[in-house]
Amino acid sequence: MCLSSSEPASLPAEDISTNSNGPKQDLLFDEDPEDLFAEATEEVSLDSPERDLLLSDGPSPAITPITPPTSVITPCIGHSLLRIKFEQFQTCFLQIEEEEGGDLFDMNISVSDPEKVGDGMNAYMAYKVTTKTSMSVFKRTEFSVKRRFSDFLGLHSKLASKYLHVGYIVPPAPEKSIVGMTKVKVGKEDQSSNEFVEKRRSALERYLMRTVKHPVLLKDPDVLQFLESSDLPRAVSTQALSSAGLLRMVNKAADAVNKMTIKMNESDAWFEEKQQHFENLDVQLRKLHASVESLVCHRKELSVNTAQFAKSAAMLGNSEDHTALSRALSQLAEVEEKIDQLHQDQANADFYLFSELLGDYVRLITAVKGVFDHRMKTWQKWQDSQMLLQKKREAEAKLQFTNKPDKLQQAKDEIKELEGKVQQGERDFEQISKTIRKEVSRFEKDRVKDFKTIIIKYLESLVQTQQQLIKYWEAFLPEAKAIS
Amino acid sequence: MHYGMCCLCVLQPRAVNVDLQTDATLQVDISDALSERDKVKFTVHTKSTLPNFKQNEFSVVRQHEEFIWLHDSFVENEDYAGYIIPPAPPRPDFDASREKLQKLGEGEGSMTKEEFTKMKQELEAEYLAIFKKTVAMHEVFLCRVAAHPVLRKDLNFHVFLEYNQDLSVRGKNKKEKLEDFFKNVVKSADGVLVAGVKDVDDFFEHEKTFLLEYHNRVKDASAKSDKMIRSHKSAADDINRIASSLYTLGTPAMFKFEFEFTSSVVESGLLRFCFIALQKIEARVAADEDLKLADLLKYYLRESQAAKDLLYRRSRALVDYENANKALDKARAKNRDVLQAETSQQLCCHKFEKISESAKQELIDFKTRRVAAFRKNLVELAELELKHAKGNLQLLQSCLGVLKGNT
Repeated sequence: MCLSSSEPASLPAEDISTNSNGPKQDLLFDEDPEDLFAEATEEVSLDSPERDLLLSDGPSPAITPITPPTSVITPCIGHSLLRIKFEQFQTCFLQIEEEEGGDLFDMNISVSDPEKVGDGMNAYMAYKVTTKTSMSVFKRTEFSVKRRFSDFLGLHSKLASKYLHVGYIVPPAPEKSIVGMTKVKVGKEDQSSNEFVEKRRSALERYLMRTVKHPVLLKDPDVLQFLESSDLPRAVSTQALSSAGLLRMVNKAADAVNKMTIKMNESDAWFEEKQQHFENLDVQLRKLHASVESLVCHRKELSVNTAQFAKSAAMLGNSEDHTALSRALSQLAEVEEKIDQLHQDQANADFYLFSELLGDYVRLITAVKGVFDHRMKTWQKWQDSQMLLQKKREAEAKLQFTNKPDKLQQAKDEIKELEGKVQQGERDFEQISKTIRKEVSRFEKDRVKDFKTIIIKYLESLVQTQQQLIKYWEAFLPEAKAIS
Repeated sequence: MHYGMCCLCVLQPRAVNVDLQTDATLQVDISDALSERDKVKFTVHTKSTLPNFKQNEFSVVRQHEEFIWLHDSFVENEDYAGYIIPPAPPRPDFDASREKLQKLGEGEGSMTKEEFTKMKQELEAEYLAIFKKTVAMHEVFLCRVAAHPVLRKDLNFHVFLEYNQDLSVRGKNKKEKLEDFFKNVVKSADGVLVAGVKDVDDFFEHEKTFLLEYHNRVKDASAKSDKMIRSHKSAADDINRIASSLYTLGTPAMFKFEFEFTSSVVESGLLRFCFIALQKIEARVAADEDLKLADLLKYYLRESQAAKDLLYRRSRALVDYENANKALDKARAKNRDVLQAETSQQLCCHKFEKISESAKQELIDFKTRRVAAFRKNLVELAELELKHAKGNLQLLQSCLGVLKGNT
């Protein structure tokens, strides 16, 4: 089954018998026995009538050859590099993965070649988005398009409006930065604006990869259009200070107020637990993120200070009149200079691997919390309909004793309509609850994988640093001993 | 010179190693120290076979001001003008550390028990490190004096070592401090003057040029190394906080909600341990750099200043000698007070020659000491850095082994 329209709730069921891929297990219903969240997912058989209502992402009905599983995350920092290039981190970040027993996710998106287009305050950065894939949902195996930042925001905005309210965790887009962008527009070619562009490029790449890794979002026509078509209508309503932007802000505020007033009778302990869990997680991740950001800052400072010390030590070596000591001090200066570069590289690793990941997850958790909120709203809507129905029934009962046949009929009609609404409300609520359960389970699995991958990479970068340090100090030691 | 073990068991390794000669006739060390609210009390322990002392082994309690008094008495003694006076130890400064401990106490309510205990341990370790350093620096001063062939015989020094009452050297009052200030101003102005005069003696000319430049460069290197080490400590603090966060994230309460960074309890615990260990190692690297590099530079900053002071005194003596010569010529020309002028000139000449002679030896010794100290500390620095890096590497590789193995 695949989504062929943008209205997910009203999909006709595909004829399953033509699915020549066999009764393959759906991604979301992974039966991995080691899955910690197995109890949280629901088992739905292929013939279940509920399948119509569920937004599944089963294998494409087209005949696709079952490709053999590719290897796990390719370690691209195998050879020892003196400089750890942070671009490499990005491409390795979410590469080809093996999904256990499910449809093969084989896709790699890279965002590259940032190019400044235009001049002055109307200038913008255009990024090249390259997709490499063997998945059948795409027409070609490799293609690229040019996109600007507002295009990404536009994509997110569309996906959010379609999927958030039915319980899907839509990955949030990278944050806007008026200050950062202004510097770039104005044409400052300094290191901080280069860093800003690199930071943004990397964030956009991660955003896209996260989006396409979502089995439902991947098949969304807006996503496909974003990746494939060379022309894209400009998303104007994403500007911060536009009327749409202001409307968004107003809505957000209204939502916040509403959230406080909804008192839901939580019948399902799972949701209560999970909500609390995400609250805690939010707090802890933010704290951790702040610490890592601080570390990045201090390491950069350390790098600068080490460089300065190196220069100073060289000067001292110059003025020292004992030859061997003078030479040793110069060597010390050289070692410290190399170490300063190491610190710099390490700071970049800290940042790009660790800090940005944490930032992404802090924002993701906000999206998760939003999805829980939507569930509450859905519940509220259902309850409201029920209460209204109740009122109408009472009114109808009263009308029974009056002699107003058309009013009575009208009341009966209204009641019938409301009954339908109530039923729909209940279905919506159950639907969103089911979806959230699946989504949370998928999210948790991805998160654990993500973090583990990143932590391994991070530790590997630390290993490299230590190995370099050992090399440098081992070279220096005989020089120091040679002082007589 | 033996560095005796002190009750704190903290004085190995020494903060600054000046590589002094062993001499059994007079051994001085600081055997104990007590840090009170606003002062530090050092127990100065002496072992001597010299007849000047009543006993062979004895101890007294001294405070920082008394060390300064002793140092200043050397500086003001004309007889010692020809020697490099061992630089005075810096004042014990626990203000920053105390402030941090106080802030921690105030913020106790806002953090978890584990965090609080951890931070407290960190700050206490920092306090202890500063304490150790100040003890070492006071000890080095005494050892340098005791090693010096002339200064060790100084009467004030013996009183300092032996007199078991308070020396009552009150802190300088305002007037005296002001006088000192002006003295220094005059000296530096003079110093500039005197430095401009080219010396006839090649050795001293070379030393003058060398010391002026060297002193400035050591000053710069010392400041930059301090900055570098502070950054290192900040980074270590951050890793500490990260380790704490990971600890909180990995606690059983979190396990209940199935959150961990990795998919198993073992891995999560391992990560925590890894970060905690990383932090300890980073902190130790910073501390060792501090000890071997920063303290070395700071010490030689002070010693090179003392050497400069010696050169200054010699130059002053030279100027006085030259002035005395001129006065003598004048007196002979006018045939008035010739004898007085002759005596004065002879005194100045004698003084100058005496200073020159001892200064030469002092400066040569200074170089020898300096080279030896730098060698020792640089070698130890490199060895420690290697040790830490290798330790780090092993830790990281085993951690990675477990994490990757469980993939």
